[in-house]
Amino acid sequence: MGQRIDIQHLNVYYGDFLAVEDVNLNIDANKVTAFIGPSGCGKSTVLRTLDRMHEITPGAHVTGEVLLEGQNLYAKDVDPVAVRRDVGMVFQRPNPFPTMSIRQNVLAGVTLNNKRISKSDADDLVEWALRGANLWNEVKDRLDKPGIGLSGGQQQRLCIARAVAVHPKVLLMDEPCSALDPISTLAVEDLINELKKDYTIVIVTHNMQQAARIADYTAFFNLKAVGQPGHLEYFADTTTMFNNPQNEEAERYVSGRFG
Amino acid sequence: MSKTNHAADARKKDAAEDLFLEQMSHQREVDAQQGEDDGTLAFAPNIDFDKFKPSRSSLAARKRKNILMTALIGVAFLVALIPLISVLWTTLVNGARRLNWDFLSHNMTNVIGGMPTASGGHGGVLHAIIGTLEITLGAMVISIPIGIMCAVFLTEYSKGGRLASVIRVLVDVMSGIPSIVAGLFAFSMFTIIGGPGTLNGFEGSVALSLLMIPTVVKTTEEMLRIVPNDLREASLALGVTKQRTITKIILRTSMSGIISGCILAIARVIGETAPLLMTAGFIVSTNFNLFSGEMTTLPVYVYQEYSKYKAHCPEGASASCVASIPMERAWSAALVLIIIVLILNIIGRLAARALSVKSK
Repeated sequence: MGQRIDIQHLNVYYGDFLAVEDVNLNIDANKVTAFIGPSGCGKSTVLRTLDRMHEITPGAHVTGEVLLEGQNLYAKDVDPVAVRRDVGMVFQRPNPFPTMSIRQNVLAGVTLNNKRISKSDADDLVEWALRGANLWNEVKDRLDKPGIGLSGGQQQRLCIARAVAVHPKVLLMDEPCSALDPISTLAVEDLINELKKDYTIVIVTHNMQQAARIADYTAFFNLKAVGQPGHLEYFADTTTMFNNPQNEEAERYVSGRFG
Repeated sequence: MSKTNHAADARKKDAAEDLFLEQMSHQREVDAQQGEDDGTLAFAPNIDFDKFKPSRSSLAARKRKNILMTALIGVAFLVALIPLISVLWTTLVNGARRLNWDFLSHNMTNVIGGMPTASGGHGGVLHAIIGTLEITLGAMVISIPIGIMCAVFLTEYSKGGRLASVIRVLVDVMSGIPSIVAGLFAFSMFTIIGGPGTLNGFEGSVALSLLMIPTVVKTTEEMLRIVPNDLREASLALGVTKQRTITKIILRTSMSGIISGCILAIARVIGETAPLLMTAGFIVSTNFNLFSGEMTTLPVYVYQEYSKYKAHCPEGASASCVASIPMERAWSAALVLIIIVLILNIIGRLAARALSVKSK
């Protein structure tokens, strides 16, 4: 089952620069929440704070709280490595490990942590994850071929399989379809719709039709000017966001009359 | 990253550019129309674009230039090949004369002047082959772990700090150290440790590792740098620790390049003579112990034989006494050294190919 995320008074800094200001947001469990907004408004940054991936950028830090089912991810005794096991992430560009086969890629989250896994367990996990990512039928005969030999859309679904194989509670997706053609995009969107049964999904997208198609809730991020911190402008369920937004900036953005 | 991926990226980029250009031209039309509607002049100065077109003569000139440069580059390539082929050919012709099993399986004990030995040969390089292999192996054992760990620190841990730039400068300086200075360093270090006049194979390894480390650090750093950041993020996002990300993903992905770099570093030091003369010494018998007693390496052997120039043949000696044998031995030993480097290269290439990133 998925878990809910509550973001409270979150400020994100890169060094001294305040990148995102005072975000308060409640993300429901087992729903798809989309982050939209113009480039540079900090939606990807906020997404990366949800599994503490922003910390690998030198100087990046946050103030405020991110609660995963009530547990603050930024409490002193919380290990970022453990956070990333509970909160999985899929990136903009498909990034399967080039030295690994399809099977090894799916198992990477387990084997890279030096966990021993029996062959039958591994077989089950690979099939479960690949079926979950709608990829099993396409690759079941070539599991030992390199992951980077697949097409872009298949690679992205392989990355989703890899992420779900560690069985996270939340799945973060940073523009997962922006490097894919429309057919692959459709496949991934269908997959997202199925995955929300088991996971809470947060997705960043530049494609508003995509947000309208797949998201239950939509958060609109904006920034006042270049060099100013980004902020959460408006948050609503997707129908309201795209049909009857109660916010002028959001209305201008979703109707394409921005700036 | 696979080639196909790059190609796909490039295609996407092209498509995006086309779209962008289309939109721009559309925008320009809109702007122009608005300008007319307003009765004001839009920002559109009169430009004669034909002026900027390449003329017929400039195209012809480019073609001529192309032919000229192609010829120049071809000639430069041939000129660069001349010394290489000449060296290989000379070594092959001169070295093959005395290169036989007897030469490879005997050392220089009981070799008197130009007289044949009991086995019917004229002495050999067995002790020098063993010395070269052991001392180089010792240098590898010291320098490859240090070099790789240093490169890992520079790319993965230093975060572009001050310490990293200091280390980079020091590595650059170190790669410029004359090999004789490395020999002096090792010699004086072992004088402190083992008393004056200490000479052994490991001392030579230390001297050679000083010369190897900079090459290993630099090539490994280059290889680690080209590992896409995506892979680091992918691994960390799976809840994999940084240490295991580095050993299992980053080093593994760049392994074939690192091996090539190490082979390059080995090839650079395996032919060193001066520091080994000072540190490993020179003996005629076979010494298997790297840590005690002098050792001979192939380059030192070549130097020693060459400096003898002629062997003594007593008057009335039989025809089997060869006065010119030292030079012939030197050439053969040089050929053996070249063959060893070649074999190392082939092994390295095979290993690199086995570990390289495949997409099929």
